[in-house]
Amino acid sequence: MTTLPESTEKKLGLVIDLDICVGCHACAVSCKEWNTGGYGAPLSDQDPYGEDPTGTWLNRIHTYEVQPEDAPAQIVHFPRSCLHCEDAPCVTVCPTGASYKRAEDGIVLVNEDACMGCGLCAWACPYGARELDAAAGVMKKCTLCVDRIYNEHIPEEERKPACVRSCPAGARHFGDLGDPDSDVSKLVAERGGVDLMPEQGTKPVNQYLPPRPKDSMDTPPLNLADMAEPAPSGMLGWLDKALERLG
Amino acid sequence: MHPAPSIIVFTVLSGLGLGLMAWIGLGFGPATGAFPWVACILALGITGFGGVASAGHLARPDRAWRAFSQWRSSWLSREACLMIATIGLFAIYAALWLLWGTRIWLLGAVMAALAVATVYATAMIYAQLKTVPRWSSAPTPTMFLGVGLGGGYLTLQAVLAISGVGGSVLGMVAALAVTMLSIAHWRQKARGLNRDADGSTLETATGLGDIGKVRLLEPPHTGTNYLLKEMAYQVGRNRSEQLVRAGWVLGGALPLLLAGLALLIGGWVLPLALLCHIAGMMAFRWLFFAEAEHVQALYYGRG
Repeated sequence: MTTLPESTEKKLGLVIDLDICVGCHACAVSCKEWNTGGYGAPLSDQDPYGEDPTGTWLNRIHTYEVQPEDAPAQIVHFPRSCLHCEDAPCVTVCPTGASYKRAEDGIVLVNEDACMGCGLCAWACPYGARELDAAAGVMKKCTLCVDRIYNEHIPEEERKPACVRSCPAGARHFGDLGDPDSDVSKLVAERGGVDLMPEQGTKPVNQYLPPRPKDSMDTPPLNLADMAEPAPSGMLGWLDKALERLG
Repeated sequence: MHPAPSIIVFTVLSGLGLGLMAWIGLGFGPATGAFPWVACILALGITGFGGVASAGHLARPDRAWRAFSQWRSSWLSREACLMIATIGLFAIYAALWLLWGTRIWLLGAVMAALAVATVYATAMIYAQLKTVPRWSSAPTPTMFLGVGLGGGYLTLQAVLAISGVGGSVLGMVAALAVTMLSIAHWRQKARGLNRDADGSTLETATGLGDIGKVRLLEPPHTGTNYLLKEMAYQVGRNRSEQLVRAGWVLGGALPLLLAGLALLIGGWVLPLALLCHIAGMMAFRWLFFAEAEHVQALYYGRG
């Protein structure tokens, strides 16, 4: 059914720390690697080694420049994937019942056997989180690695979304954002996590932690060259002066 | 938004065909001459052709039957259900009329209401999308209904003319006035409704607005992808201006001229006026998609 559940038992989602992300794309690559062999149809590429390669990805990493009014510009790497919204507009527009939000954990999924590839859910999503696979003709999106997180056939430390597991910087966290005592909820409270495009009214579950404020130098050093060549002292200082007198 | 030919053909033709069905259902047109046959076959043919064209937009048309299941929540599903119900009732109404010569007014009225509801549901597929302010913040349902019912009435007059039972030039002029005014009104209200019209910016999209102004430094990929092809379509200003002119001329001015000409040289030119009108509506529908901007493209630095 493409009506949304009134509430979900859990709100599983990601917390992405924009202060830490280094923009290495490891999460995107490991997402593609896991999901092309996991849940549903593979994530196909078209003309992958040719002149005009395109393909399906569930996670894409943008890099932005933020220009504060009175400080130097900052670079922020920005991973973008499905936010598993509470009021997911992609679910209610679906005409076939393929798109749904799970009542037990809040994950938004596509039943690929029922998807007719009309693309309306991708139009309804403000975040660009859904891509129609050109080979399979069905809508692909982040599954929160539903085939990893409950998978008892893999070691316990692997039961996290592939992107979280692979992040070398520890910028990605996974947990229940519906439980105020969970690690991710505490992190969001502590760091002031934000909703993306709150004006769209989607109530995203995934949260983004903004970069920590940069400190600023109140009084810059007067002469940087002097700092690079400190005045010699002691034995070296005596030698320096002696040579200067000779010179 | 990407202007897919299948959706343009579908929305224009099915709107017009459903409009014609609504007028027939309301009892318009005489039972004399070839009119009943031509009108009913044309209404079914145009609407049906439009419906089949819509399947061209699906990546998996073999699963289109599933679209009848989610009428409780989905406007696209409601449109599919209403469309089938309208066509089914129209087929019964037409069969009774053509074979037994009776027009059941209640059946016709219910069918006409369903036809109007179908056009409304089509419009709501677009009007519901908060992600495309040009569709959701402009009077899209009014425009679709105006164009569909106006086009349907125009078709009715053209059929009357070729069936040799008259066809009113005044009716043609009224129908053209309704369609063109609906479009003019919509275009006026839609002016400036770009992707940032409802307050979405790259700053709200990234949550970085508290720090400062955000701009894209490096996109995630150097090539294109589904998102850019589908939701970041850019129409050149020159092309858009040419198409607006083509829309007014083909959709309104030429049919008006031909309707006037019909007074002098006979009603056989009215079908030509209808064809011109449909071509003009296709130009406007192409622009309806091509000029609409999606908030998602903000992430790709499209302002």
